[in-house]
Amino acid sequence: MAKQVFKRPKSLKENVFHYCPGCGHSIIHRLVAEVIDELGIRERTVGVPPAGCAVLAYNYLDVDMGEAPHGRAVAVATGIKRARPDLVVFTYQGDGDIAAIGTAETVHAANRGERLTVIFVNNGVYGMTGGQMAPTTILGQTTTTTPGGRIALRDGYPLDLSQMLAVAAGSVYIERTSVTSPKNIMKTKKAIKKAFQVQMDDLGFALVEVLSPCPTNWKLSPVDACKWVDEEVVKSYPLKVIKDTTQSDG
Amino acid sequence: MGMTKTIFSGFGGQGVLMMGYVLASSGMHEDKHVTYLPSYGAEVRGGTANCTITVSDEPIASPVASFPDFAVLMNTPSLVRFEGKVKAGGTIFLNDDLVELKPKRLDIAVLRVPVNTIADRLGHARGANMVMIGAFVQKTGLVSLKSVIKSVKEIFATKGAKVHKMNTLALKEGAAFVRAGGESEL
Amino acid sequence: MRGSHVIGEAATRAGCRFYAGYPITPQNELPEYLSKRFAELEDATFIQAESELAAINMVMGASMAGVRAMTSSSSPGISLKQEGISYMAGTELPAVVVNVMRGGPGLGNIAPSQQDYFQATRGGGHGGYRTIVLAPHSGQELVTLTMKAFDLADRYRLPVVLLGDGLMGQMMEPVTFPDPIDPATLPRKDWVLGGAKGRGGHLLASLLLDPSKMEQHNWKLARKYAAIRERETEHESYLLDDAVLAVVAFGTAARIAKGAVNRVRKAGLKAGLFRPVTLWPFPERQLRALTPRLKHILVFEMNLGQMVEDVKLSIGEQATVHFYGRPGGIVSTPHEIAEAITKLCYRYDLG
Repeated sequence: MAKQVFKRPKSLKENVFHYCPGCGHSIIHRLVAEVIDELGIRERTVGVPPAGCAVLAYNYLDVDMGEAPHGRAVAVATGIKRARPDLVVFTYQGDGDIAAIGTAETVHAANRGERLTVIFVNNGVYGMTGGQMAPTTILGQTTTTTPGGRIALRDGYPLDLSQMLAVAAGSVYIERTSVTSPKNIMKTKKAIKKAFQVQMDDLGFALVEVLSPCPTNWKLSPVDACKWVDEEVVKSYPLKVIKDTTQSDG
Repeated sequence: MGMTKTIFSGFGGQGVLMMGYVLASSGMHEDKHVTYLPSYGAEVRGGTANCTITVSDEPIASPVASFPDFAVLMNTPSLVRFEGKVKAGGTIFLNDDLVELKPKRLDIAVLRVPVNTIADRLGHARGANMVMIGAFVQKTGLVSLKSVIKSVKEIFATKGAKVHKMNTLALKEGAAFVRAGGESEL
Repeated sequence: MRGSHVIGEAATRAGCRFYAGYPITPQNELPEYLSKRFAELEDATFIQAESELAAINMVMGASMAGVRAMTSSSSPGISLKQEGISYMAGTELPAVVVNVMRGGPGLGNIAPSQQDYFQATRGGGHGGYRTIVLAPHSGQELVTLTMKAFDLADRYRLPVVLLGDGLMGQMMEPVTFPDPIDPATLPRKDWVLGGAKGRGGHLLASLLLDPSKMEQHNWKLARKYAAIRERETEHESYLLDDAVLAVVAFGTAARIAKGAVNRVRKAGLKAGLFRPVTLWPFPERQLRALTPRLKHILVFEMNLGQMVEDVKLSIGEQATVHFYGRPGGIVSTPHEIAEAITKLCYRYDLG
């Protein structure tokens, strides 16, 4: 009899992902589900999905989910967590959600040290609305609203939100990873697990920024999209632990 | 007694809202219906502050006064603003130390009280509003001086015994000023 | 007790355990009171949020978690909160939203006004929803209606708006409070997000991409709103039995109008007051019942005529509707309204 070596995490529903081929969301969803299973917290976890492609995250993750308006995920999550501190609350947000329309909410939640776990998926475009420029779009990158490539003078510079959040006194753990290779995926899973653990240990605000490919809107093949992340995107957003004060005293 | 409306007015820092609050609290202690309606916002800071107090034996329909029965006016701008609004036959109480103008109306009674002079004489300069409220209740009989003393003690409960003693003294001096005939003009 | 403190105490006694808000005059005394009051309770959360948007969304989160939650603001801030209010209406989440109205539009001023009647009674945000709107006119009613707001919000799973103004918020009147409600004794909500213990995950969302599902959801909301219209209208009749003219006014304006009615009664004119307590649902049938006996109705509002449209919709051609209003934070005196009543009585020869 064959031994089952790969199975669906309990926190993942049996639905087929609707995401485009090569999209990072399916991988990151799965990682979140695996982490929730491994930490044994499915029955006390609440997720807050964003507006954007990942708004349908609740079709896949089998935990309690409450939908937030665009950009307000951490505010909604703050309400849930403060009302029920015994719950483990995470948000799952895209770059437009967290770094444009929801910047204020995110900065202040981090600054208050809200006990939240934030999964920040950075693919450099507004995916669901058809590939417009995002705050994180890198210079020179072509989108439907930067047809000749992003120009700083006209479009501003790529925003490194994670770096900004690291300045906030209430944030304790911020790491940037990617999902372009098995090795990077395992690193991402480790980071997500740690970000949940930080909340469970009541330490403060934790965030994992995941560089994720969007082949459809980048107009690249899935393989080339991963290559583009590895070679170009990381120049603006280097993969590293941006902040980790989990070991420091008080 | 029916329903009586009083406007207290002056500039910020004269304790105008406090006078109104004391009157409303005293009315409440006497199981009367009361409303306390302060002016609020930008006006309160530095400009004129005023509040409208209704004391009534019956439920109060409107807390807003069309024509107040009494007006306690602590500075000149207050006299200018409210003299015309007081009901015919009503009384205005003036801070004699600060109000320079003379009221023009002949159909209202005027009682001038040198509240700052009296308060200074007592060594309780900040108690000028207490002198005035003492004079006010002595003249109007709207509530008893006893209720006022009780209310003031409650409102300033966190302050020491000395403040309470000085406030009581100021209230009594205001009342005594009226009993002694005051400086009333018609 | 100051009106805004009364709301805070009543909310606490109603079992409210979550407040998020952002400073704006003239309602700051309410969050200030709650910050102190909630600090005395182990299970209560007070957050001064970074914006009105954040505040309403925190309230949404707390509501998802099953807690009685409230926010408060004044007109410009309420405009910002409309995003969250619409989402809560769509997601069917209870909450209480206090609007201490001021003069507008734009930044306007901080004086008492009733210029947000349309915004409050028509939902206020996008998507064709309704909120229950309660309009207190006295200190005691601030107690009863604040507490009732939480009950209605939970019963019907929607945001309930308590619509007042700075005059209501600043005025002090003696009030009595009922005993506090222990939140643990409130009816259990089986729909909340509290962890999927032994069950599949709950979902609270307003996104329904499939038009037929969206239509179903909208019809469901419509049936709920119809039930609210049927059961929850509330109004006060004051000296209407023998009246030949009815003044219709709510909140602070109703208080002033009561004074005006008393004045004209002393002069022998038979006027009365019809005061909607629920602005939505508007007490249409109850108002219509006064006609056709009453031929003239005077609507008095602290705006340029908003509720007057609901009055006209309610009574159709059954009576003539007149309007008197002052916008911009002007507080009319009872005398002023009494004059308006008197003029009408003379003009139409109403005994």
